[in-house]
Amino acid sequence: MKRVRVLIKPKEGLLDPQGRAVEEMLKDNGFKVRHVKVGKLVELEVEEGEDVKKLVEKFIINPLIEDYEIEEL
Amino acid sequence: MRFAVCVFPGSNCDYDTFYIIRDVLEKDVDFVFYDQKDLSKYDCVVLPGGFSYGDYLRPGALAAKSPLAEAVVEFAGRGKLVLGICNGFQILTELHLLPGALLPNLNMRFVCKDVYLRVENNTTTLTKKLDEGEILRIPIAHHDGRYYVPEDELKRLEERGQILFRYVDQDGNATDGANPNGSVSNIAGVMNKEGNVFGMMPHPERASEDILGSHDGLMLWYSLISD
Repeated sequence: MKRVRVLIKPKEGLLDPQGRAVEEMLKDNGFKVRHVKVGKLVELEVEEGEDVKKLVEKFIINPLIEDYEIEEL
Repeated sequence: MRFAVCVFPGSNCDYDTFYIIRDVLEKDVDFVFYDQKDLSKYDCVVLPGGFSYGDYLRPGALAAKSPLAEAVVEFAGRGKLVLGICNGFQILTELHLLPGALLPNLNMRFVCKDVYLRVENNTTTLTKKLDEGEILRIPIAHHDGRYYVPEDELKRLEERGQILFRYVDQDGNATDGANPNGSVSNIAGVMNKEGNVFGMMPHPERASEDILGSHDGLMLWYSLISD
């Protein structure tokens, strides 16, 4: 088995109200930040040889509204 | 005409929808559950509102991978009628039976109130008993109703008359103030290009009897059942 982490965030160019609210909060607290996005994380263990890309693209994310990265741990 | 009302774990408008079909429309209707695969005896399938699978992952995402969802895709492929209301609309976009996606409301809040809708296309199976430009008052109740499609697809929807309803003010103007969730182009409901799959965020089943405060949703049901 291998451990895999899928990082999911709102697609580039899509308005992310959560990210915007967090960004405002950080600015209000004196931090110089921009482009804040709030996404989600899915961690799983899979059998070696499983098609992780297919698993993610077909069953975990919606490619119309989300971008993702796969990290092997 | 025989209806099926889909029930997923977490559906919560299933009984309201069932009641309108059985007691107001006086049509045959059954509940079909998420693990069923056979819709062959039905003419119209309704995916009701609610929070199927707790909205985990994304609203509608898990329901779209259920055995029943697979049957709905097959059913729609045969040209049969499918209506998704609220969470049902979200499920239909996740299934790619309808274009676009439904994102969290722009203000990140659950919005539950009556809204005004303008009928954008009255030549469809769902809207044929309404007038073009007619204004309906129907409630919404959702956290994730911000309809999104990329610009080029939006243009195609417009050209093909796939936009069914827009959020408007009382006078019928599609203003920002009348847009309860930040939907692109104030869109509240769409259909597929074949014209047999319909999705809308507002709840017509909650506006189909005077005792509920509005019967503006009733004409949608009557349109569905009339030839």
